[in-house]
Amino acid sequence: MRKIGLVAGVGAVLVWCLLPVVWIISLSFKSQAAVSGGTDPGFLPLDSFTGFANYADVLADDQFRRAIINSIGISLIATLLSVMIATLAAYAIARLEFKGKKLVLTTALAIAMFPVVSLVSPLFDLWRTIGLYDTWPGLILPYMSFTLPLAIWTLSAFFREIPWEMEQAAQVDGATSWQAFRKVIVPLAAPGVFTAAILTFFFAWNDFVFGITLTSTENARPIPAALSFFVGPDPFQRPAGLLAAAAVVATIPIVLIVLVFQRKIVAGLTSGAVKG
Amino acid sequence: MTSATVATPATDAGKGPKSAPPEVSDRARHENRLGQRLVAPAVVVMLVVTAFPIMRALYLSLYNYSLTAPEDRQFIGLSNYLTALTDTLFWRDIGVTVLYMVVTVAIELVIGFAFALVMHRVIFARGLIRTSILIPYGIITVVSGFAWQFAFTYQNGFVNGWLPFIEDDFNWFGDPVPAVIAIMVSEIWKTTPFMSLLLLAGLAQVSEDMVEAAKVDGATWWQRLWKVILPNMKAAIMVAVLFRALDAYRIFDNIFVMTAGAQGTESISFLTYRQSIEQFQLGMGSALAVLLFLSVLLVAFLIVKMFKVDLAQARGE
Repeated sequence: MRKIGLVAGVGAVLVWCLLPVVWIISLSFKSQAAVSGGTDPGFLPLDSFTGFANYADVLADDQFRRAIINSIGISLIATLLSVMIATLAAYAIARLEFKGKKLVLTTALAIAMFPVVSLVSPLFDLWRTIGLYDTWPGLILPYMSFTLPLAIWTLSAFFREIPWEMEQAAQVDGATSWQAFRKVIVPLAAPGVFTAAILTFFFAWNDFVFGITLTSTENARPIPAALSFFVGPDPFQRPAGLLAAAAVVATIPIVLIVLVFQRKIVAGLTSGAVKG
Repeated sequence: MTSATVATPATDAGKGPKSAPPEVSDRARHENRLGQRLVAPAVVVMLVVTAFPIMRALYLSLYNYSLTAPEDRQFIGLSNYLTALTDTLFWRDIGVTVLYMVVTVAIELVIGFAFALVMHRVIFARGLIRTSILIPYGIITVVSGFAWQFAFTYQNGFVNGWLPFIEDDFNWFGDPVPAVIAIMVSEIWKTTPFMSLLLLAGLAQVSEDMVEAAKVDGATWWQRLWKVILPNMKAAIMVAVLFRALDAYRIFDNIFVMTAGAQGTESISFLTYRQSIEQFQLGMGSALAVLLFLSVLLVAFLIVKMFKVDLAQARGE
């Protein structure tokens, strides 16, 4: 009886998580004509199956190809910089006594709760004045600001688990605080840094508000923004089949990361969540 | 920001290395300096994109400033705020936003807890479940919005066909209530996994011995859940609710993709965006931005207060 309930529960979780994904994949294989005409409204493509035609069209689209490059480039750079800076800060927070620690923590907390949209008009204005509008740095900078709290928390939670005697041992052997950090702690902290990097990457990849407001052309427009502005041959109807194919392409990196690193991501999301 | 983690920084972690008394002050001074140097870049980057723009928003909100006529910028004091606060549109959007927040977080809490229970108890296919639950978490919100929008449209969606009591040609996006429901479905689908992972972490903290003891004493499953498990994971629930509620209050992506704010589905974030970016009213947009910022603070404050009251009541029982 208990066993049956559990199996049903597992089934429910799987259906919940995968149904919309299967649906969008199914939609991406329907022909554009059938979708806009509404001739094949079922869940699976029956007589409207077009193979990879939608994928071919999407990948042939110059704007979308640019968006993929923008998203990958911007997300990776933002992740790299954010995690580097967060590693320094998290180490200091976890290990050192210094004035202003409370202030750093309060700032991080406040920024994690910040309504992103309220920055849109001043940033739009500012970025246009100083020439960051519609450029990669113009997105990398806000992504860094908003992923830093996440990265700092995740990392300091991981740093708490590190055997610190090793650092002390290094210091007894004559290493300075900085050397002890670089030579002993960094290798030990690498798994935590890695987790923080994945979570940061997810945030940057998912961002929409900055993507639509701080870009105007394919110069820097990332995938979510490109998807929402994607207009097919008929401007009055969204090209559902094409969009679905583009959405699937945009989801592939996420699925790959999840498949390889699921254990790390779950650990990162839940680490220290309930410890004070 | 849909992806937020709630790990708490290790303020109480092991203290810095100690050395002999005569060197303490020197060492402490060095440590103080190093600490401040290490956090400085993070603080600067966090503030550059937030503190300065919000100051600028405060300043611009006092002007009648439109990008279509930048030379006509004119100081008008608090007029923008007065206009916003006396407009029914503003209050309607606040109401809709609060509705999104309350309904989605309540449903996510229940479903997320059920999922957390399943994940906590299950011993087979753990990797499969973990992978599956992370897909909605990791997927782009815009993609989720599209998937559900297409699912709900009557021309080529499947929802009408699957729901027995709904006409096949029912237009979900033709009226406010169904349109809001459709947006909520997308929001709930995407963020429930995050909620369930946070609750799973809380569930893992509940001592198995206590649950077993209650069982031996003859408590039913329902009693064990309400009297033992839930009270012992209150902290995790509170953290999960706080983070998700603030996130839900800022709802934007799903509305943009699914209805573009039509049919009264507009949230306060969407209104702010529309004023500043679509209509180039930077003055009014900035005033709305400040109001949005203040309302988020208020919501955070209220949730913290509310839960404190609840906690006290629970303790009094």
